[in-house]
Amino acid sequence: MSSATMTSDLSSEMEVDAFRRLFPLRFHERHLQESIRPDARPLGKARDTSVALGAVASADGSALAKIGCTTMLAAIKMEVMTPTTESADEGCIAIDFHMPPICSPIVRPGRPAEAAPVISKQLSDTILRHVKVFSAKLFSFACVEALLSSNLAERSVLVVLQCPRYYNGLKLHELSQQLLVLSASSVNNSLLASQNHSGMINLKELSLVSGKAAWMAYLDIYCLDADGALFDAALLSAVAAFSHLQIPVVSLNDDGRVVVVSNEEGEKLEKEPVNKEKRKLKLSSIPFSLTCVLHKNYILADPTAEEESVMETLLTVVLDSSFQLVSLYKPGGPVLAHTSVIQDCVALTRQRLKELQKILNEAVSDMEVD
Amino acid sequence: MEIDRADGRTPNQLRPLACSRGILNRAHGSANWSQGETKVLAAVYGPKAGTKKNENPEKACIEVIWKPKTGQIGKPEKEYEMILKRTLQSICLLTVNPNTTTSVIVQVINDDGALLPCAINAACAALVDAGIPLKNLAVAICCCLTHSGCVILDPNKLEEQKMKAFVYLVFPNSILSVLPEGSSQVGGEPVEHGIITSVTHGVMSVDDYLHCLQRGRAASAKLSDFLRRNLQSHSPGDLSKAG
Repeated sequence: MSSATMTSDLSSEMEVDAFRRLFPLRFHERHLQESIRPDARPLGKARDTSVALGAVASADGSALAKIGCTTMLAAIKMEVMTPTTESADEGCIAIDFHMPPICSPIVRPGRPAEAAPVISKQLSDTILRHVKVFSAKLFSFACVEALLSSNLAERSVLVVLQCPRYYNGLKLHELSQQLLVLSASSVNNSLLASQNHSGMINLKELSLVSGKAAWMAYLDIYCLDADGALFDAALLSAVAAFSHLQIPVVSLNDDGRVVVVSNEEGEKLEKEPVNKEKRKLKLSSIPFSLTCVLHKNYILADPTAEEESVMETLLTVVLDSSFQLVSLYKPGGPVLAHTSVIQDCVALTRQRLKELQKILNEAVSDMEVD
Repeated sequence: MEIDRADGRTPNQLRPLACSRGILNRAHGSANWSQGETKVLAAVYGPKAGTKKNENPEKACIEVIWKPKTGQIGKPEKEYEMILKRTLQSICLLTVNPNTTTSVIVQVINDDGALLPCAINAACAALVDAGIPLKNLAVAICCCLTHSGCVILDPNKLEEQKMKAFVYLVFPNSILSVLPEGSSQVGGEPVEHGIITSVTHGVMSVDDYLHCLQRGRAASAKLSDFLRRNLQSHSPGDLSKAG
């Protein structure tokens, strides 16, 4: 009690900036008591958000997203690759998130920011949404490798395949059979998962010639200014870049390889292009996110970097356009999230989703008019 | 809605738990935690003097190092390190030893599903073994949602791959208190029903998530009992490492 009155006395004597630096927590709590935040926002309101498509001319799809001061630049580059045998008719997406030293005083040149790989992983989980498929594939690879690595095992597999009835008492045979069963079941699983996942992008759309050529989409997101809610801004820029993406025209060259047709020589080629014209990807159930800071009983939507550092409990909710929960992410923090808090955060995210959808649609329709 | 599990468990049944503490000689605290075939070894060194860069020197700092079973550390491991660090920070009393660093090293011995919850439980037991001041213990559980909408607990690797979605949840353990019941409630819910950490994979409806939460809470009470019994069984008279 005495300390409280002391600091509040001080607050009347001190300059506001000095009070803010010396007692950051009290400074924010004084605002919260009045249901307002230092930047004059109400607690549940997100900062002004804007999306601009086509910011990088050399990329196949790009977008610049701003939430308040937080700025993210996303660009997609398409390359033709040979698909793996397990997913012969699917393309691939590689997502990377970069935090250069320019974005924040915390990031030092020469050593990567701690947050960058974490956000990168979160983004690929949210956009691809079938993380487990990869581990299943790896597992089947491991099995096949294990079989191939030892000659004996390989031989016994051949035996098993050729004349399964005549080999009964051999241990090696049992082992290899077990491995075969395991790898078969994991392949099955990966098939199951890829059929059932409801990701934003259907990877089959990125296929060109089944088993021969498919698109590899490299999505790189650069954080230009890190002022809180990094994941929200990164996801928004990624989604916007995908909705701007135009898949280039490709054709077969004389060697029978798939090459990208550049604009100038496109008319001179006699060969039929593999895909007729530039096309857009079909995006289903687009994910949108909202990060909230929890402090005592207060929920602050879309925190700035200062708010994130003073009040440490973060909760990120990702919903897709049909209001399904894609992710509810709360990595620790001193405040516990009870059911009512979770429901409030989900409700805030629903509101935010409608705002973001509108902003994104406007950006896309602006682009089409130009 | 009954669901058959490959190992014959009921949906709510956890795999056999085992925990042994103080198994490493040089570490200040260590614990081996296993849930079925998933095994994790955690070691704690500290508190050591000084904090790392960008950490608040007025508080104790916790550093987590994740060692995978094989190979190099990648993005998923970095994420695990961050989640584990934030989770442990929220249960430690950080103001008791300001300007110190406590290192938690997590070595995966075998991964058969629910790896992160297992690592959190192991790290928590190791912190107790090292005598690091804690507010409360954390118990972690993995809940899975099948395609038919059933919730199953503590899946193994194959089950995890077949699921529509799964959730890792961390709760504080139930408190034994002399205070009358209900005095430590927050908004009509007991403290141990609040979530310390939540990580989800896959798409589900909000109601399904809340359902998972409910089942996770019920199971966390069992885990919390196990942890308490295990800690009490050899806490008095365990003077092998005193001094």
